[in-house]
Amino acid sequence: MSVGIVSYGAYIPKFRIKVEDIARVWGDDADILSAGLMVYEKSVPDLDEDTATIAVEAARSAVSRHNIDAKRIGAVYTGSESHPYAVKPTSTIVAEAIEATPALTAADFEFACKAGTAAMQACMGLVGSGMVDLGMAIGADVSQGAPGDALEYTAAAGGVSYIIGNKESEMIAVIEDTYSFTTDTPDFWRREGMPYPEHGGRFTGEPGYFKHVTGAANGLMEKMGTKPSDYDYAVFHQPNGKFPSRVAKMLGFTKEQIKPGLVVPWLGNTYSGSCMMGIAATLDQAKPGDRIFATAFGSGAGGDAFSFRVTDKIDEVRDAAPKVLDLLKDPVYMDYAMYAKHKGKIRLA
Amino acid sequence: MSVARFWRKQINRYNIVGTHCKTCDTHYYPPRNVCPKCRRDGDIEAYKFAGPGKVVTYTIIHTAAEGFEMQAPYALAIIELDEGPRFTSQVVCDPKEVSIGMRVRPVFRKLGESGDKGMIYYGTKYVPDNDRN
Ligand SMILES: [Zn+2]
Repeated sequence: MSVGIVSYGAYIPKFRIKVEDIARVWGDDADILSAGLMVYEKSVPDLDEDTATIAVEAARSAVSRHNIDAKRIGAVYTGSESHPYAVKPTSTIVAEAIEATPALTAADFEFACKAGTAAMQACMGLVGSGMVDLGMAIGADVSQGAPGDALEYTAAAGGVSYIIGNKESEMIAVIEDTYSFTTDTPDFWRREGMPYPEHGGRFTGEPGYFKHVTGAANGLMEKMGTKPSDYDYAVFHQPNGKFPSRVAKMLGFTKEQIKPGLVVPWLGNTYSGSCMMGIAATLDQAKPGDRIFATAFGSGAGGDAFSFRVTDKIDEVRDAAPKVLDLLKDPVYMDYAMYAKHKGKIRLA
Repeated sequence: MSVARFWRKQINRYNIVGTHCKTCDTHYYPPRNVCPKCRRDGDIEAYKFAGPGKVVTYTIIHTAAEGFEMQAPYALAIIELDEGPRFTSQVVCDPKEVSIGMRVRPVFRKLGESGDKGMIYYGTKYVPDNDRN
C-alpha cells in the first residue's frame, strides 16, 4: 500500500532575537559568528507558548489546510526534546485540541532533533498496514541553550505537523521510501531535571551529524537506485546553515536544490521541527511531479532519510494555511533582557 | 483551581465550545445548560464557535496576580464573538496595539500553571487578527 503526506502545517512564534544582540552580551564577534553559523536571527516563544501550544497550532494548521475530519486521525505522535511535562504526554493535549479524541492512540517521541521524523515513520507503518486511517506526526520544540553556550545563538522555537495517509487520491506527496541509519553516539544529551543540554563540542560534527546524515542519505539512494540529480529539491537537518550546506555538497546535491528548504538563517534551529520545517518550506513552492529528498538528524545518534514525489493535489491545498515564509514575515524583535525573560532565564524568587 | 475542576471544562477552553438555544437562537459561552430566556421551552445544543470576534473594551494590567508577574503589562479584554457571546480573555500582543472594536482571533496558549510541580493549564486566548483590522 502506498503512503504519503495528506496535509502539513507549520507554526513559528512571532518574536526574534538577532545573533548580534546575543553576541553583544557575551562579548563575541557577531559578524564572525553569523558567517560561521550562517544564522542571523532566531525565533523566540512568547511567555505563554511552549512545545504543546506550538504543536497544537501546527496540528490545527495541518487539519485546516486540507479540511481534514480530525476524527479520522487514529494516531497522534509528537516528537520533541522539550515536552512541557516529564510525565504526561504532549500528544493527548494536541489530540484533544484538534478534537481527534477519544478513539485514537497517542504517544510522545524523543530522539533529539529527529523525534518528529521518527514519528512520521511510525505513522507510515500504521497507515501502510491499515491499522489507522490517518496518522499525525509532529516535530516541535522550544529549545534551550545555556546562557553563553554556543547553542544559545541558534536554539529556536517552532513546530511542524504532517498528516500521513494511505489513499493516493488524498496525498499531496507520496512517500516513495524511507531509510534510517542509527548508532549509539554520545554527541549531545540532557539529563532528567537539567535545564540545558550538554554536548561533545567538536565531537558533534563528524561522528554525529555528518556520519549519520550521509549514512541515511546514501543508504536510501542505494536502496532506491536514485542519485542526487533525480531530485528537484533536498532538505537536511539544519542546526545551523553551514552543516546542511556542507553535507549537501558531500552527497552531490547543489545549492539550488537545498535553497527553498534552508530556512535556518532567519529562524534558527527548531530541533525536532528543523528538517520538517525545511520539507514544509519546500512543499510550499514545489510543483506536481517534483521529487524531494530529505534527511533528518538526531543526536544520540541517527539519520532518517525520505524520498517524496509531489502530486497534483498540492496546488489545491497549499494556499489554505500559512506558508513557512509567511510565518517568518514581520517578526517582532526583542533585546537580550526581554529574551531572557521570555526564555525563563530570569526567575522570580 | 483544582485539577478536576479545570479538566471538566477543558474541552470548552481548548476549543471555544459553548451552547446554542434552538428556540430563541441565542449562543452561550461559557456554556449554559438552561436558556435563561426560554427556560423550560429552551432547546439547548452544544455549539462550537467559529472563533473570531472583536474587543468590546479592555484594561491594561500592570500589577499582575501571582504567577502572571512575568507577563505584565498585558491586556485583559471583553471579547464579543461573532455569534454574540461576551467573555473576558487576555489579548496577547503589545498592550499599545489593543483598541476597542479591534478584530481578534483565537490562539492556543498556556493559561497558567500551579507552580513548578503542578499542572499546566492550556486554553484559548486572543491575538489581533491582522488580516481583518
Ligand atoms: Zn432560548
